[in-house]
Amino acid sequence: MSRILPIVTVLLVIVCLWYVAAVKLNAAWVYDQAARAETPAPGFSELVGLTMNQERPVLPTPHQVGVELVKSTLGMQVSSKKSLVYHGWVTISATLLGFLIGTTAGILLAVGIIHNKAMDLSVMPWAIASQTIPILAIAPMIIVVLNSMGIQGLIPKAIISAFLSFFPVLVGMVKGLRSPDQMQLDLLATYSASKAQTFWKLRLPSSMPYLFTSLKVGIAASLVGAIVGELPTGAVAGLGARLLSGSYYGQTVQIWAALFAAALVAAALVAIVGLIEKRTLKRMGMAR
Amino acid sequence: MIWVLFSLGFWAAAWALNVRLSHSDLVKSRAGALVVPAIFGVTLLVVWEGVVRGLNVPGVILPPPSAIGARIAVELPTLWADFRQTFLKGALSGYVLGCGAAFLTAIAIDRSPFLQRGLLPVGNFVAALPIVGIAPIMVMWFGFDWHSKAAVVVVMVFFPVLVNTVSGLAATDSMQRDLMATYSASYWQTLFKLRLPAAMPFIFNGLKIATTLALIGAIVAEFFGSPIVGMGFRITAEVGRLGLDMVWAEIAVAALAGSAFYGLVALIEKRMTFWHPSQRN
Repeated sequence: MSRILPIVTVLLVIVCLWYVAAVKLNAAWVYDQAARAETPAPGFSELVGLTMNQERPVLPTPHQVGVELVKSTLGMQVSSKKSLVYHGWVTISATLLGFLIGTTAGILLAVGIIHNKAMDLSVMPWAIASQTIPILAIAPMIIVVLNSMGIQGLIPKAIISAFLSFFPVLVGMVKGLRSPDQMQLDLLATYSASKAQTFWKLRLPSSMPYLFTSLKVGIAASLVGAIVGELPTGAVAGLGARLLSGSYYGQTVQIWAALFAAALVAAALVAIVGLIEKRTLKRMGMAR
Repeated sequence: MIWVLFSLGFWAAAWALNVRLSHSDLVKSRAGALVVPAIFGVTLLVVWEGVVRGLNVPGVILPPPSAIGARIAVELPTLWADFRQTFLKGALSGYVLGCGAAFLTAIAIDRSPFLQRGLLPVGNFVAALPIVGIAPIMVMWFGFDWHSKAAVVVVMVFFPVLVNTVSGLAATDSMQRDLMATYSASYWQTLFKLRLPAAMPFIFNGLKIATTLALIGAIVAEFFGSPIVGMGFRITAEVGRLGLDMVWAEIAVAALAGSAFYGLVALIEKRMTFWHPSQRN
């Protein structure tokens, strides 16, 4: 209880501030309408009512976003082009495929790096430097180039997602596979364990906490990659497309609903990875 | 074909050289540690050039590095204008505002454990969300020019810096705080003499994460609408015209700017937290 109360308070404060901001930002339109109809400007209580449910508000109120979110997920056929479940699934499938590719590649390269000194010295500085680069900027190019080669839909977005999750996983895994200390490595050496045995019985298990930490970073980055990857093709499908079409047509409620859907998806994906982490570490006796 | 063979040969030779170098004593020196990755980078460029030329890959799919380099040399004024618009105006002003706001918020909630317990989980949660999605909203509110990009950057960098600063301010142990109490130091004295210096490694961690986020935010926000200048604008426009060498030139500038920005913050960190174990080799 002592943990939940502060969080709820903060969330309540945010919602209240949001309503105040909505009244303030949407008031201009109400005054404008009143001036055009040549009626006197509405008083404060009337103004609040008029700012709550505009069709294209500058800032939609929380309940408008909530209603739109429920309407576009539960309120219509999943196959409908207006359904956020449909668009969300398009984005999630690209995210997961890309995450899978990026994670696998990252882990494999990390294994290569810890076993080969030349590879370590050549690749690692670049892998670390690449984290400071806005990789997302190449998204439009990947989409268009693959499109001109006849590859469309899921794969180009997945490649961007893979790129974004690849580097955090690589760096985290290299750190994790190196985490056993000299004492433990020496012990395995006294058992005359082979390199492969050392890897499977010591390095891999002890890298798990590092792996899961970077998986959480990686899956959040993958989702961002998939969403941004949906922008250059024009508003076809996916949460990014909903954001873009909303901004084309001034549908602010739609933008906010897509934004919250993306936030929910991100939270769910990270939570799933967190859950797997908890279960795995517990089974391995590493729960903290 | 000769180009492909040449690049493969170059690859093999460079790799053999790197293997030799990495087992020699040279890599223990500072210069040696730079030489190996540099050779690897050059090898990548040579292989790229050789494969593109040898297999006649059309320039609309992958231009060779030499073409990109030539384009950079020709288009320097455009690149500089884009850099100024996106980086100096959009990313940097947003970065300063966002980090400043986060820092002040962290100080403001520092005295209230209740607010901290509430804001930290929320901040941690928000830091994992795809915040770039607010870009269309900011473009609607603040217009196409750099103000909307700065606004996106402010929101993107706010939470990582906030979370790191708050956990940094909690990083002193009770022994040290007790010592300050025995000196009868006031809250502000303790803050400035003990807790802020102790929080510096954490704050810089947040600031370093924020450098990359700032550049990403400024570039992606331009995908939603921008004036006819800026790195994100140029990338989308040139992709549409299939001028991929210009796109790669912008990406090179973005990569350089990102690394330089990060490096600058890391350098300041090194100067200011010279006492921290991670900075003393």
